[in-house]
Amino acid sequence: MSYMNISLTINGLHVDVPEGTSILEAAQTYGINIPTLCHLDGLSSYGACRLCIVEIGPAENPKVVSSCTYRCEEGMEVRTHTKRILDTRKIILELMVCSTPGSKTIQDLASAHGVIQTRFRPENEDCILCGLCVRMCAEQMMAGAIAFAGRGPDRHITTPFDELSELCRHCGGCMHVCPACMYRCMGPKADTTLCSACLNLSPSCVEVYDQQQCWMPPSCGTCVRPEGNYLPATGLIIEEEKATE
Amino acid sequence: MSKVEAIRSFAELEDLHGVLVERRQGERPRISVCTGTGCVACGATKVVETFKKILDEKGLSDSVELKSTGCHGFCEMGPLVTLGPSGYFYPSVRPGDVQKIIERTVLEGEIVEELLYKDPQTGEKVEHEAEVPFYKHQQRIILAENGHLDPNDLEDFIAIGGYKALAHTLGSMSPDEVVDSVTRSGLAGRGGAGFLTGRKWDIARRQPGEPKYIVCNADEGDPGAYMDRSILEGNPHRVIEGMGIGAYAIGARQGFIYVRHEYPLAVERITKAIDDARSACLLGEEILGTGFSFDLKVVRGAGAFVCGEETALIASLEGHKGEPRQRPPFPAESGFQGKPTIINNVETWANVPHIINNGPDWYAAYGSKDSKGTKIFSLVGKVNNTGLVEVPMGTSIRSIVFDIGGGIPKGKAFKAVQTGGPAGGCLPAELLDLPIDFEALQEAGTIMGSGGLIVMDEDTCMVDVARYFTKFLEEESCGKCYSCRKGTQRMRELLDDICEGRGTMAHLDLLEELGQAVNTASMCGLGQNAATPMLSTLRYFRNEYIEHIKDHNCSAGVCTALIRYKILEDLCDGCAACAKVCPVEAITGEKDQLHVIDIEACVKCGTCLEVCAKDAVVVISGGGE
Ligand SMILES: Cc1cc2nc3c(=O)[nH]c(=O)nc-3n(C[C@H](O)[C@H](O)[C@H](O)COP(=O)(O)O)c2cc1C
Repeated sequence: MSYMNISLTINGLHVDVPEGTSILEAAQTYGINIPTLCHLDGLSSYGACRLCIVEIGPAENPKVVSSCTYRCEEGMEVRTHTKRILDTRKIILELMVCSTPGSKTIQDLASAHGVIQTRFRPENEDCILCGLCVRMCAEQMMAGAIAFAGRGPDRHITTPFDELSELCRHCGGCMHVCPACMYRCMGPKADTTLCSACLNLSPSCVEVYDQQQCWMPPSCGTCVRPEGNYLPATGLIIEEEKATE
Repeated sequence: MSKVEAIRSFAELEDLHGVLVERRQGERPRISVCTGTGCVACGATKVVETFKKILDEKGLSDSVELKSTGCHGFCEMGPLVTLGPSGYFYPSVRPGDVQKIIERTVLEGEIVEELLYKDPQTGEKVEHEAEVPFYKHQQRIILAENGHLDPNDLEDFIAIGGYKALAHTLGSMSPDEVVDSVTRSGLAGRGGAGFLTGRKWDIARRQPGEPKYIVCNADEGDPGAYMDRSILEGNPHRVIEGMGIGAYAIGARQGFIYVRHEYPLAVERITKAIDDARSACLLGEEILGTGFSFDLKVVRGAGAFVCGEETALIASLEGHKGEPRQRPPFPAESGFQGKPTIINNVETWANVPHIINNGPDWYAAYGSKDSKGTKIFSLVGKVNNTGLVEVPMGTSIRSIVFDIGGGIPKGKAFKAVQTGGPAGGCLPAELLDLPIDFEALQEAGTIMGSGGLIVMDEDTCMVDVARYFTKFLEEESCGKCYSCRKGTQRMRELLDDICEGRGTMAHLDLLEELGQAVNTASMCGLGQNAATPMLSTLRYFRNEYIEHIKDHNCSAGVCTALIRYKILEDLCDGCAACAKVCPVEAITGEKDQLHVIDIEACVKCGTCLEVCAKDAVVVISGGGE
C-alpha cells in the first residue's frame, strides 16, 4: 500500500494524500488557499470559525463541512470556492468585522473577501472564541490553564473558577496565537467598523504589505490615514459620509 | 405489588407470565388513575389519595384494585380515571367526585352520567376511552400500554407480555437476525434525524473495538415536548427491554440512560425499574440464565438543549463540556471513550420490542411509503385537546390538529403549526393537508424533530414567534461555531428591530442572507436549523413582516412596541374596574363616565383588557383607530 493512499478531487483536481489528512491540509498542500482563523499547524483542529467551510459530495446535493475537521475520504469530491461557500464566508466575515473591528487580521480577511458593507450594530468584542489560545496552552505549552466556560452568549475563555491559575506560567503563548489581538487595526471608526483601507487603497497596500512584512504601524503607514482625510474604500462609506455631513 | 424474584430461564419467565395472567383473570374491580405529569399537575395525586381514603373507610381496599398509571395522553382533560372491568372513562375527576364513582360505578356498575366525557362536536356523552375522538383517530402502539401499567410494578409489565421480546431475542435469534429485523421494519430514529435504526446498529455491530456501548437519549430539551418523559415515567421497562435487545444485537455489555435532571420523576421511575429488572435477572449478569450480560446506568444531564445532540451528549457523558464535534467519525464508529456507541431516542428504543414481538412486516405496514411505523407527537399550544398523540407516519397535520386535537379554542382561526421543536419551522394553513413524514416536512422547509407540534391561532404574531425561538437558540447554542453564536444573536437583534418598529425592508434581505449562511456554515443540527424558525415564517408569513415594517402594525396585537390600548366610548360604562387594576395608574375617569388611557403612561400590560366586563378595552396597532 502506497503512503498516499487516499485519492480525491479538490475543485476537479486529482489529489492523493495519506489517510487521516484533513481537507484543509490537503488543499494547502496543493496550494489552494482556504481562509481560517481557528486553525494552526501543530494544534488540533477545532472547527469554530467556520471560515474554512467547503462543499463535499455531488454538486447537486452537496454537504457543507469545515475543512479543518473533516478528513479526506476515498473518492471524495471537494469544492472550496463555490458561490455559496464564498457568500457564506463573506457574511461570516461581515459578522466578525462588526463585532471585532480592532483586529487587523479580520479586517484584512474581510477585505480580501470583498466585504464592503457592515450591516450589523457595531460591537467591540475582542475575542472571537476561536480557541487557539486554549489549544496552544494545553497542547504546546502543556499547561491547560485556560478553557471555555459558559454557553451561547455567556461563552468565554477563562481560568478555572475565574481565579488566577497556578498552571499558568505567563509564557504568552496564548497571546502569540491570538488572531484578534496579534495585529491591531487602527483604521476603523467605531460607527462604521469596516476599515480595510490598507487593502482597498489604490495602489493596494497588499503589494507593499507582502514585501515589507508589514505588521502594522509604524511601517509604511499608507493604511493609517490622517483623521478625516482618507480615501473612501467603498460605496457604503461614501454614503455614510454623506449622511453625516 | 410484590418483588419479582430472579428469573433464570425462558421457561421461568413464561411460567411467571402465565401465573400473573391467571391471577388477573376474574378481575377485581379496578380503578386506574393517570398519574402522568399532566394529570398530576391537574390534581391527580389528591384524587388517588381520596380514592385510597374512601376505599379504606368502606373496607374495600382488598377487594378493589387502585392503580396509579403512566400518562394516557389526554392531558387537557386530566386527571383521567378509567374503571375496570367495565372500561368506563371519566375525565377531569375532582376529589369530590370520588365518593360517587366508588358508590355508583365500582359497587353498582352504573355510569355516573355527569362525569362522562362530552364530545364537543356532537354533544354526545362517551362511555369508553377508546370512543373519545381524541383517542379514536390515533394508532397507539407505545402509548396504549401506559394506561394499563403501574410503572413501578414489574409484575404488571410481565403480565402484559413484557420482556417476552428480549427472551425471544436471546433464545432464538442471532444478533444478525435482530439487526435484520429492525432494518426491515423501516424503523427510523425518533430523536430527530430519522436515520434508519437497523443500519446504525449494523455499523456498530461490524466495528472492531471493544467494549461497545449503547445510550438512550432522554435529554428532550424542546420546549413543550414531553413524549420521552411520558414513556420513561409511564413504561420504563419497555425502554430497558428495547435496550437489552439492542445491546445483544451489537454486542454491548454496558448502556447509559442520559436523562435531564429536570425530569426527577422519570429519573426515579427508570432507576427503580433498573433495580427491579436487575433483581429479576432481566438485566445485569447472565440475563435470564443465558450467557448474555448487560447492565444499565442512569446519568443525569444538567439540562442543556444542545446536550441532546449525540456527540455533545457523549462529551457530557464523559464528563466534558457538552459541545458537539465533527462527524465522522459517527458515534457508531467512535463514541463513548472512543468506542463504538449506539445512541437512540427513548421512543426508538420503546419501539424495538414491538417489532420483535410482531415482526418487521407488521411494523412496516404502518406509516407512509418512506416513513414507517407510528410517531408520538406532543400537541400543545392553541388547540382544544392538548396532549400526547400517537399516529401512523404520514397522517396529515389537519387530522392531528382537528380530528384529534379538536381544533382551535374559542372558535379562533388556525394560523400555523410549528413542527420539530425550537429549531423547526412554522407551517401555514395552506399546508394543513401535508402528511407528516420526514421527506414531506423537509420539503416544506421544516423538520420532524422529536415530535413537538405547537399550534398557533390568529392571535399569534409570527414575527414574535420567530424572535422567541431565535432567542431560545441564541441562549442554547453551545457557542462553538461563530456562525451559530453570532448569527443567532444578530438574527435576534434584527427581529427585535422589526418587532419594535425599527425594521426596514433591508432587514428582510439581510435576515434571509444571514439565515442561509447560519444554516449552511454551522456544524451541528442546532446551528444548521438555527435560522429555520425565522426563514420559514419569512417564507410563509412575509406579509406580516412587511406590515410590521411599513405600517408599524402587529395585527395579532402582540408586539408591545407597536400596539396601544384604547377604551371604546360606546361600550365603556365607567365601572372603573380597569382603573383599579392598572399598575401604573394610567387610566382616569369619573365614576359612570367614560374612562381614558394615558398612552404615555401605559405600559401595555393588558390587565385592563382582561378585567373589562364590557369588552370596551381594545388593542390598536398600526394606523388603525
Ligand atoms: C440540538 C439538538 C438537540 C437534540 N436533542 C435530542 C433529544 O433531546 N433527544 C433525542 O433523542 N435526540 C436529540 N437529538 C438528535 C440526536 O443527535 C440523535 O440524532 C438521536 O438521539 C439519535 O437517536 P435516534 O436515531 O433514535 O433518533 C438532538 C439533535 C440536535 C442537533
